[in-house]
Amino acid sequence: MDIGQLFHNLFFDYTLRTVALGAALLGVVSGALGAFAVLRRQSLLGDAISHAALPGIVIAFLLTRSREPVVFLLGALAAGWAATLSIAAITRTTRIKDDSALGLVLSIFFGFGLMLLTFAQKLSDARQAGLDKFLFGQAATLLQSDVVAMAAVGALALGTTLLFWKEFKLLTFDADYAASLGYPVRTLDVLLTTLLVVAIVIGLQTVGVVLMSAMLVAPAAAARQWTNRLETMVGLSGLFGALAGVSGALISSAMEKTPTGPVIVLCISALVLVSLLFAPARGIVWRWLRNLRNRRRVRTAHLRP
Amino acid sequence: MTTTAVEVRDLTVAYKDKPVLWSVDMQAPSGALMAIVGPNGAGKTTLIKAILGLVRPLAGQALIYGKPYSKQRHLVAYVPQRSSVDWDFPTSVLDVVMMGRYGALGWLKRPGSAERRAALDALDKVGMVDFAERQIGQLSGGQQQRVFLARALVQNAEVYLMDEPFQGVDATTERAIVRLLQELRSQGKTVLVVHHDLQTVPEYFDWVMMLNVRRIACGPVSEVFTEQSLRATYGGKIAFLNGDGVGEIQDGYRTALSQPVL
Repeated sequence: MDIGQLFHNLFFDYTLRTVALGAALLGVVSGALGAFAVLRRQSLLGDAISHAALPGIVIAFLLTRSREPVVFLLGALAAGWAATLSIAAITRTTRIKDDSALGLVLSIFFGFGLMLLTFAQKLSDARQAGLDKFLFGQAATLLQSDVVAMAAVGALALGTTLLFWKEFKLLTFDADYAASLGYPVRTLDVLLTTLLVVAIVIGLQTVGVVLMSAMLVAPAAAARQWTNRLETMVGLSGLFGALAGVSGALISSAMEKTPTGPVIVLCISALVLVSLLFAPARGIVWRWLRNLRNRRRVRTAHLRP
Repeated sequence: MTTTAVEVRDLTVAYKDKPVLWSVDMQAPSGALMAIVGPNGAGKTTLIKAILGLVRPLAGQALIYGKPYSKQRHLVAYVPQRSSVDWDFPTSVLDVVMMGRYGALGWLKRPGSAERRAALDALDKVGMVDFAERQIGQLSGGQQQRVFLARALVQNAEVYLMDEPFQGVDATTERAIVRLLQELRSQGKTVLVVHHDLQTVPEYFDWVMMLNVRRIACGPVSEVFTEQSLRATYGGKIAFLNGDGVGEIQDGYRTALSQPVL
């Protein structure tokens, strides 16, 4: 398929248009909220939440026997929330440190989810429900109505972030200081983490529980390379996420039997690589060249008395 | 008799089952420039955090001008330890200083030109106005400390609580901080400073709180900063040479008592 045809399809082919739009949406929301997660050193929390969503999805199906994505996503939301609360409860009440708590919750929830999934697959109506698609995501299952729902929820999440921008910025930079000024940091923390869960849930159908955390961490890591301002970083991070989403959708539609989710993740990884190497101030290549130049200058200065 | 700016009554704080502060009393009169000294793990930072309501005490209370902190927030500015934040955070010096106005701004309101002016004013006072647009990660340790001080200054408070502002700073910054402390005192503000360098206590401060889980002594430096109370605070870990000699505290802090101790 040539490029012109591909772009024609992007706008006029129902499936590709829906998938690309959905991938762009998930990229924007997870990119923007992922930036906060990365700055708060919560990258692993995103990973734990997305893996923990699996049992939520299966339980939601077992309870309702519905195939509506909205039902699955509500289950994912509840499970993601439960995982977050468990991590907080473990670190607060035991001597287990937060990284171990994250690991514990991730593996317990995910293991439980896999077990439930195996059980549910044996039921006749479950195979058609496509539960296993949530492992690695399947963008082709996206319907226009799903995308509309994603857009509405995503807009709500991004709107909330903008509304509490000042508060989230302060919380992320210096939570103790925020508390000393009288801001309820626990509540703000729960709110921001809830938005993170929402961002994850939006992407699950397309990217899947296993790879979803890449969509939180990678755009933010790439964006941080290009700017020293939070506003720009969050914006760029969303843009990178959307870019990866659309290019992933295009590439996987051009090649047969290529799953969309992993291709999206590969696209964002390429963006990270380019940013790590070539971003102006922080790029490895430029730093290396600067060092080389400095060393040469010092050497010639030594030669001339 | 002057009024008491900061009063701590019977304060007990424990992390898990280990007591960090045990029935501590403290009074800082209005206008005092007070050092809080004590060995590592004495509870100095915890005392500050308990006054600010950042840690929940098992017993006791802290009052600012006779009322709980939650009612007197607008009177208090906090300077946390420099190492408590990630200085690679993507923001500028000016942005960090403007955070000092967030409490007065309240929910949802964005900082504007008035906040910007106040921040630049405060940066001028700490000699950092030329760095306003810098990314905070590009600053030296001393410059970062001065940014934190400027952030507290824009709060326009009556009581300042500073956690180790002298920790690992260069000579320029140390002089700038001392000048600032004296200026605050001349304006009648009350300043509490967690401090490590015993040598400079008599020079920089007029009040001192000596702490080692329990309160050892609290009062004017000239009255309570004695060899006896230092021994009680640092246990056997302090060595004295009388006169201008150098004393050593074995947990790694070198200190010299430049003044003959009473």
